[in-house]
Amino acid sequence: MNLSRGNIFKPYYFLIPALFLITFSGIIPMGMVVYYSLHDSFPGGDFIWVGFHWFKQLFSSSDFTFSLMRSLLFSFLALMIQIPLGIFIAKKIPKAGMLANIIIVLIVIPLLIPKIVIGHIWSFLTIPQIGLLDYFANLIRIPLELNTNISQVWFVILLMDTWHWTSLVVLLCYAGLKAIPIQYYHAANIDGASPFFVFLKIELPKLKKVLLIAVLLRFMDSFIIYTETYVLTRGGPYLSTTFLSHDLVQTATIQFDLGEGGAMAVIYSLIVILTSYIFYKVISIKE
Amino acid sequence: MTENKKTFPVTPIIYTFFILIPIYWMATISFKSRQELGSGLSFFPKEPTLNNYGLIFSDSAWYLGYLNATFYVLINVALCLLIALPAAYAFSRYRFYGKEFFFFGFLTFRMMAPAIMLIPMVEIFSYLGLIDTYFAVALAHTYFNLPIAIWILEGFISGIPKDMDNQAKIDGYTYFQYFKKILIPQIAPGIGVTAFFCFLFSWTEVLLANALTVIDAKPINAIMTRVASVFSSNIPILSAAGLLTIIPGIIFVIFLRKYLVKGFSLGRID
Repeated sequence: MNLSRGNIFKPYYFLIPALFLITFSGIIPMGMVVYYSLHDSFPGGDFIWVGFHWFKQLFSSSDFTFSLMRSLLFSFLALMIQIPLGIFIAKKIPKAGMLANIIIVLIVIPLLIPKIVIGHIWSFLTIPQIGLLDYFANLIRIPLELNTNISQVWFVILLMDTWHWTSLVVLLCYAGLKAIPIQYYHAANIDGASPFFVFLKIELPKLKKVLLIAVLLRFMDSFIIYTETYVLTRGGPYLSTTFLSHDLVQTATIQFDLGEGGAMAVIYSLIVILTSYIFYKVISIKE
Repeated sequence: MTENKKTFPVTPIIYTFFILIPIYWMATISFKSRQELGSGLSFFPKEPTLNNYGLIFSDSAWYLGYLNATFYVLINVALCLLIALPAAYAFSRYRFYGKEFFFFGFLTFRMMAPAIMLIPMVEIFSYLGLIDTYFAVALAHTYFNLPIAIWILEGFISGIPKDMDNQAKIDGYTYFQYFKKILIPQIAPGIGVTAFFCFLFSWTEVLLANALTVIDAKPINAIMTRVASVFSSNIPILSAAGLLTIIPGIIFVIFLRKYLVKGFSLGRID
């Protein structure tokens, strides 16, 4: 152990294994994607430089623009529902005790379910005649028409995503709220502060860090949603649930259009990185 | 809020029911026969049967899927922990040139979708002759789990006073001894929680796991994809298979329940 003698290279030594692994599993594959996006591929492994051809083509394609818009809309709605709902529920869970522990263990469950199983669970719920959601929909006289009705399908996939992921927001916020010293609340009580004021001035600032994590993880994962919605809707009806990642998988693995798929992947990555960076700046600047 | 202590938490309980109902629905279907399921909606199986589970446990194509998934998830978790620990230590204890760049650089990869990585990963692992091995999936999943592991562990290591390091220095420990005898026992809950997160993301991923395996290492998720397309009407078996995928996670959660909440703050609460 020698912390005091200033060996400026020491931290880098500790990073070497991680850098090595991420080079293999992250940097090289991403580099290949960028390479594909600037080339046209031919059977037999020949690549010809085409510059920004694929990017120009994608931006002039309405299919791509629409699936990009759908992905952005889906992420936006998912965040707008799940973040406030998650905070609200976290505030209501008791800070300690048996009941709190039971609630936490139970609400974690959806996070542990493979994405394909999530899709199946929700398709079992919506099967006509034998699905529970179909049954409830009939009770309130709004029969489910998932093969034709776009707003119903969007309602169901948002419900599915909310069911799947809100617990992550709840647990992050719960952890954040639990860390607030009780004296803060006493002080607020003495001052006669309203619950809204307490939330705004005491709880929200303390939740900033966990909310950043929640927003980032939720944004990244909702923007790349693939398996769950694909199992449930196959991208339909009328392409209304065909998201960017469906397009990407379709283009790259079924049409085997590496260039176009690569360009999509690059655009997509830039959007995610840029948006995450903006979230990061907005949330951490407020102090 | 202080007033919550005395009132019964109605909202969380309603939410818990909302969470459990779809799982209950899958569970009831898994105990029904196809005939019973087809005969209409019912909230309980009238003639509960274990046949669906029996079939899964007697057919190696099914049960090996769970074992395969378990193997690559375990390799992935071990690999991520082993490699993330020194990196997290560096981020927590040192100031160095490019620190922010490296830290966010790692996290950037967490943002990449499996759909993006699909084709390059297949190319790389085919080239290395690793397709259809546990190592392929375990290595592929490190691109999203390694950054998460570094992030969580860094938070936990930062929670350990630096005096520990100095004391170890005085006692003449090597770095290896320090990690093994002091740091790792101190952040054991953090290691458990990191393992939980790595488990969670690797166990639930389908796209890469499916693409990188053919037969020998096919995980349960991929088997379900195939079965769903071939026997789309056999919902009870899919339900039983689906329910079984939840169990390892629940065991994990029950063991870690004490640390889970702290872990969800990723060690980053003031």
